[in-house]
Amino acid sequence: MARINYITHDNKTHTIEVQNGLTVMEGAVQNDIPGIDADCGGGMACATCHVYVKEEWLDKLPKKEDGEEDMLDMAFEPKQNSRLSCQLVVSNDLDGLEVNIPSKQG
Amino acid sequence: MKKTDALIIGAGPTGLFTAHQLKLIGLDCEIVDNLDKIGGQCIELYPDKPIYDIPAIPECTGKELTNNLINQLKPFNIQFHLSERVDEVKKENENWIVKTNNGKTFSTPNVIIAGGVGSFEPRKFGLKECEKFEDKSIFYSVKDKKIFEGKTVSIFGGGDSALDWAVELSKSSKVNLIHRRDEFRGAQLTVDKVHELAKSKKINLLTKFQLKSVNGSDSLESVDIKHDNEEVKNLKTDFVLGFFGLIMQLGPIANWGLNIDKKTIEVDTEKFETNQKGIYAVGDICSYPGKLKLILSGFHEGALAARACFKLARPNEKYRFEFTTSSKTLKERLGKK
Repeated sequence: MARINYITHDNKTHTIEVQNGLTVMEGAVQNDIPGIDADCGGGMACATCHVYVKEEWLDKLPKKEDGEEDMLDMAFEPKQNSRLSCQLVVSNDLDGLEVNIPSKQG
Repeated sequence: MKKTDALIIGAGPTGLFTAHQLKLIGLDCEIVDNLDKIGGQCIELYPDKPIYDIPAIPECTGKELTNNLINQLKPFNIQFHLSERVDEVKKENENWIVKTNNGKTFSTPNVIIAGGVGSFEPRKFGLKECEKFEDKSIFYSVKDKKIFEGKTVSIFGGGDSALDWAVELSKSSKVNLIHRRDEFRGAQLTVDKVHELAKSKKINLLTKFQLKSVNGSDSLESVDIKHDNEEVKNLKTDFVLGFFGLIMQLGPIANWGLNIDKKTIEVDTEKFETNQKGIYAVGDICSYPGKLKLILSGFHEGALAARACFKLARPNEKYRFEFTTSSKTLKERLGKK
């Protein structure tokens, strides 16, 4: 279990306890956090679950797999700290993770 | 106006198999899709990715699945209307009148929405000011390349569309190619070609840059682009092309009076009918308790919706359940003796 802080575009922080094994994307979708569309359902095929990860967490996350950077090319306003939240699998180590949700996904 | 027993919106796997089921039970149908090709998400998002959970098919790619479904429709004559987006669905007496963005009109008692997550639309720049120049000097696809001759064109993106057009337009235009990182995800051959053209100064390659602002009053004059290291560059340009792939948007479906929750349409699990009589939703776009977004579920939903269509299309006939292994009628429809 890890507490994930989702910061929506209106600067509201939504803290959700997400089960280990679920993704940061699933944690958002299952708890109705607005701004993560996840149109393809977690297949790394659409870039609509794009989030900005707080810098200090970047190194602690699972590394990008082949294809994630390619998909991020498609994302709305990608930055250095962009990740696809469907690729971030929750574990105890991610307790306290902070992600910012972009103003829109497309 | 075209008359048909059922109109299917969406030519993805669910739409295709639903068409098969309709034709098998003796109904006509036509299919409309906003993409220029058949296959929906399977062909647009993951043509080469293997799928492992189609019953009786241990492994196949999105493209193979699509081709198999198209082959399964071979015995039937089904008209596809590609590159057409359904904009309007209205009730007129007992029928639904369906209009597309290109002016095609259908009259049908049954509309089956197999629309996935909505229609594919080009992904656009985030900057609000870009809208003002859209279709004048900012484009997301190329319809007539002649307008770029002798002009400066700034292309944004790192996939095949961006690279192909950079190479092509560099023959007769001044081309800036701008991408957010050094790596490109296009075909290696094209990537090499772009680097070659950049070396010989035929393409002005700018990587680790993204669009910051667009400038111009009536017509576009220049764009500002920002490097990862915050450096800002101004580029004089006549045109901007953005190639960021496609995004799915529910679009006009939201205005048809259907019960919609989080981009999905509520249906019953007997007919997969929506709150509007004669409009059904199947596949990823429908929702009901226990819904699984799997291709196999779409097949089941389409088969049941097709039977429900029979009642409205043939009110004076009775539907008879039959097996393809034994029914003479079904075999005839399939062109088998």
